[in-house]
Amino acid sequence: MNERKQKILIVDDSEMNRSILADMLGEEFDIIEACDGAEAIKYIRSYGVDISLVLLDIVMPKMDGLEVLAMMNSYKWIQDIPVIMISAESASSYIGRAYELGATDYVQRPFDATVVYRRVMNALMLYGKQKKLMGLVEDQIYKKEKEQSLLINILSHIVEFRNGESGLHVLHIYTMTEIILQTLLKMTDKYKLTPEQVSLIATASALHDIGKIAIDDKILNKPGKFTPEEFEIMKKHAEYGADMLDKIPFYKNEPLLKVAKEICRWHHERYDGKGYPDGLKGDQIPISAQVVALADVYDALTSERVYKKAYTHDEAIRMIMGGECGTFNPLLMNVLEFAAAKIRNELRVNSLSGNSSKDINRITREIISHSELTASTRTLDLLERERAKYKFIATMSKEVVFEIYREPAMISFLDEGSSILGVDTSISNPLHDRKLADCIGKANLEKLYELIEGATQEEPIISFECDVKFNGHKRRCRITVMTQYYYNEATDGYQYESAVGKIEDISEFYNRIEALEIAATTDNLTGLLNHNYVKLEFERCCSEQPDRKFALAVIDMDDFKHVNDVYGHLCGDEILKTLASRIREALPKNGFAGRVGGDEFVAIWADDGNVQKEADRIYKQISKKFDIEEASASMGIATTEISRNYDALFRCSDKAMYAAKEKGKKRYCFYTPELGEF
Amino acid sequence: MDTQTFYKTVGGDYNEIMARLMTEERVLRFVRKFPADGSYALLKQSLSGGNQEEAFRAAHTLKGVAQNLGFNALYEKAAAVTEILRGGSMEVAALMPAVDEAYKTVIDAIPQIDG
Repeated sequence: MNERKQKILIVDDSEMNRSILADMLGEEFDIIEACDGAEAIKYIRSYGVDISLVLLDIVMPKMDGLEVLAMMNSYKWIQDIPVIMISAESASSYIGRAYELGATDYVQRPFDATVVYRRVMNALMLYGKQKKLMGLVEDQIYKKEKEQSLLINILSHIVEFRNGESGLHVLHIYTMTEIILQTLLKMTDKYKLTPEQVSLIATASALHDIGKIAIDDKILNKPGKFTPEEFEIMKKHAEYGADMLDKIPFYKNEPLLKVAKEICRWHHERYDGKGYPDGLKGDQIPISAQVVALADVYDALTSERVYKKAYTHDEAIRMIMGGECGTFNPLLMNVLEFAAAKIRNELRVNSLSGNSSKDINRITREIISHSELTASTRTLDLLERERAKYKFIATMSKEVVFEIYREPAMISFLDEGSSILGVDTSISNPLHDRKLADCIGKANLEKLYELIEGATQEEPIISFECDVKFNGHKRRCRITVMTQYYYNEATDGYQYESAVGKIEDISEFYNRIEALEIAATTDNLTGLLNHNYVKLEFERCCSEQPDRKFALAVIDMDDFKHVNDVYGHLCGDEILKTLASRIREALPKNGFAGRVGGDEFVAIWADDGNVQKEADRIYKQISKKFDIEEASASMGIATTEISRNYDALFRCSDKAMYAAKEKGKKRYCFYTPELGEF
Repeated sequence: MDTQTFYKTVGGDYNEIMARLMTEERVLRFVRKFPADGSYALLKQSLSGGNQEEAFRAAHTLKGVAQNLGFNALYEKAAAVTEILRGGSMEVAALMPAVDEAYKTVIDAIPQIDG
């Protein structure tokens, strides 16, 4: 395999020192050099963990080595990139500070080739092993978490299934619990919760109604209102749930189990002490249970039940805030108000994306059975490599590559694409994005979405042409998109989920077409129009301006064969070019001219009453001396007073031109009926 | 002169430098690059311009480069200047002539190395 060289960044303000180090490390590495701390940070920022190791001097201008270490700490780069300090500074305070800041090792001056090489190799090996171990541990944790959530999902589904609830309830409670807790942490530090605890509470929330397993089916699924006795039995589910978890002989000290017990027992307590089973009041109720209680009420309101219809999000929030559904912690009311929009959006996403718990279970099972699917560092590396290939090809072909997601509606561009278009890398609600509308055009965007919606699994590729602004300039582009379909269990059909596409600049192709069009209308040698096109143009002028008169002149070189024979064809061509440019210059603005063939030309202009004067002026211009003494031209003219039929008029002018030749050449003649019928 | 004589001239230890840099080819490659190193000139310039911080860094770099190349005499003189500058003082006038001399010795000797 073609192994890539490891990158080593050498940071030292002395060029000499850098090159000595580079030389000692040899060809084995790809060396990058930085002459001060600021430059080093710039490289680390752009290469990231592509840099395998940093050799860092301490005393440097702009930003010294210790400051670089501090920066690497605050960006957490130090965890992934080993740093070896190199300096003549042997003062122990420096060394100590460097180690505190996460430096791996220390090489003193003067540099010793063997020592430098060995230390670098050791640091690389150590970090390599550590990374591998981290990858293994991550995989393990990932697997464990997946298994855990799978089991919890199964359990909670048993409950919901018996309860006749939708599969979404657990997912909603989970999502909302998480949002409320995260918002709470942002708004106050009253409850000391770590991110791990937040995720633990959210996971445990799935078990809140587990006690319902112990409630009689007939009561649990009774359509209509409970009698007071039945309601008392129903209420028992809180205690039952906590007891059941308590009686599990294992994992007594597992944090998840402890939180789940709190939630089961107290998710029907109320902040004013009027809840059940224990009548706890205020913050006697654990925050986990308070939050799940709130989420439970919200989800109950917004779901359809046998005895009630579903309220909208806004109605539910208003009812809770208005105290219609019990008393809650005022702090949580603030949080709810603040996070209401986010809750609505996230829950809608979770409902619409077909991301039902069933799917979660299926995906979880798949992930567990395919251990190679876990997000190991190696897999990510492979993905990264594929992405790099893709990016390279896209860049080489000057294409903008993008992905479209149906739900939530989003479009994201690959790397340079967004900067070429001048839009953000990821855009949610693309149809309403101003920048995107500016570069692609709103109508084109709508067309794109329309075509995607209309695509089918049999014909997933759609394509159309439109103008797109590339780097601010309007370019003719072709947009091609392939829609991707996923199997949807609910509808037992395939559904469009996402699409990949490219925007390709085809202006060059268009310019070529335009060039071909020009080639088709003009004469190669002189750049004048060709005869066919002159005729078309004449006919267009006549029909567009039926009351206007036009003059048509036929111009022919005198004794051109002689010129060609004596001076050669190249010279003859030069004469023709000169004549053509003289005709072009002499013509009035509304005039045009073409080459009929050989040494014969035709010129047409609007005759606004002074055709004599114009003809004289034009002839004077074209009969100036040529490079070859004996070259001259004759001209015959006729106007549309005689005929508006091109061929007829042309023949008349032609006759007039021959008349001029007969009269001794080097002159021009107007057509007169005596010259013969046309 | 050969490399051993050169190192004797500049007050260095030929065996020590060979132990560190391994080959004479490498040693000479870097020694010949030394005249292009700007730290001595920067030191002189920042001293006369009164830029204490820059003078410290330049002296420090000169010291480091001299040490790496095994120019021990220059290294020692530069080290003395560096320590004074590190303390924030600019009172190095008494020590600079020794640095100048050691630097000149090295610069003059380099073109005379064989090969």
